[in-house]
Amino acid sequence: MSTAPIEAVAIGASAGAVQALLHILPALPADMIVPILIVVHVPPDRANALVTLFQDRCRLRVKEAEDKEPIANGTVYFAPSDYHLLVEGQRSLALSSDEAVNHSRPAIDVLFETAADAFGPALAAIVMTGANHDGSDGVRAVADAGGTIIVEDPASAQVPTMPAAALAACPTAHIMPLNDILAYLVGLTAR
Amino acid sequence: MGDAVEDIEIALLLEAIYQRYHYDFRHYAGASMKRRIVQARTQLGFASISAMQDRLLHDPATLPRLLNYLTVQVSEMFRDPSYFRALREKVIPHLQTYPSLKVWVAGCSNGEELYSLSILFREEGLDQRTLFYATDINPDALKAAEAGVYPLSEIRKFTENHQKSGARNSLSDYYTADYGRAVFDKSLRAQVVFSDHSLVTDAVFAEMHLISCRNVLIYFDRPLQDRALGLFRGSLARKGFLGLGSKESLRFSAHADGFSDYVREEKIYQRRDA
Repeated sequence: MSTAPIEAVAIGASAGAVQALLHILPALPADMIVPILIVVHVPPDRANALVTLFQDRCRLRVKEAEDKEPIANGTVYFAPSDYHLLVEGQRSLALSSDEAVNHSRPAIDVLFETAADAFGPALAAIVMTGANHDGSDGVRAVADAGGTIIVEDPASAQVPTMPAAALAACPTAHIMPLNDILAYLVGLTAR
Repeated sequence: MGDAVEDIEIALLLEAIYQRYHYDFRHYAGASMKRRIVQARTQLGFASISAMQDRLLHDPATLPRLLNYLTVQVSEMFRDPSYFRALREKVIPHLQTYPSLKVWVAGCSNGEELYSLSILFREEGLDQRTLFYATDINPDALKAAEAGVYPLSEIRKFTENHQKSGARNSLSDYYTADYGRAVFDKSLRAQVVFSDHSLVTDAVFAEMHLISCRNVLIYFDRPLQDRALGLFRGSLARKGFLGLGSKESLRFSAHADGFSDYVREEKIYQRRDA
């Protein structure tokens, strides 16, 4: 693992995301400080139901990311549907209507690349289950900025395509099953 | 953090564009602007952003190519159908009471929103008494808006959106298909004034009854958002309406008191006067 203290976690997940996140987010302790930014591919014409789904199940504050919102500790942010989620240099959130990336808006690459820019080595980026290649360019940007990259083990991921693509883009990434990802995140609290 | 040199190059590029061509992107939201500049550099084939700046300063022909990256082109007709449904059901009845109307589509890009409103006003019987102003800073976008031609591949989505907005006719009544393109009826722009206007550097427009400006302010930083919102308030007639994008809000603006919520969940506001 990178030796820099982690100040933000960015997660990208697609097909199978809800089940994977249900395994992780509700189990996180209430005193977790590090903010978590999440892009899940959702259809553009549907309201993002993830916030409602996770709000009641988590000890952490869960909300939809708003444009120009300062990033608060101990908070889980979901990208709204049909907007990209970005991180600004001053570590606030931004949304954009820029064109879809990898046929997706929100796109994991956009979150990872801008978060890597804002947090550098203090970012941990996690690629989970999914059926496309979104996040592959993003993990390269995170690696270039000296951040930590974790990829859900394709052997146990519900849909291995996306984690496998991320691994191909960044062979030095840490490979973990969901339980270890959870343990890693809980470990961030202990430091 | 990030690449500090690149950040310096971006600041210098935006300053160069402003001083040389008077397009002011200096207060645009940084992260998205950076992605688009980097994309432009790669796709236009420059070795660095500084190299792109050099060419831009000495060769004006570079400007329009760059502008097409820096200003956002992506939209769809009747994007967020519930917004248009709210206009139809809640704003139009109020507008019916005026003998003549002015509507401003600010940041009209390629015109998808303009044609959506023009169709909606026709369906609600207001087209004859409405003058539309469609403005943008990008001359290519204004030309595209004036042409009103979209890929046929988009039409299914447009049609679905139109139906969900409470359509009274079929979208196909308004365009003809031609070699993979949908050419929208020119009568839809018979009462439209297309104009170059910048929310960053230009002044108040005319007395508007409705201003629709969606997913434009999201690209501005807070002070610039405030400038634009002040411009909108000054351009609205008493009790005039302002529609913003679904993720835009007046909540943190210096002009929050100048408007009241009209349809809160659709970000439709009404000018408030003391």
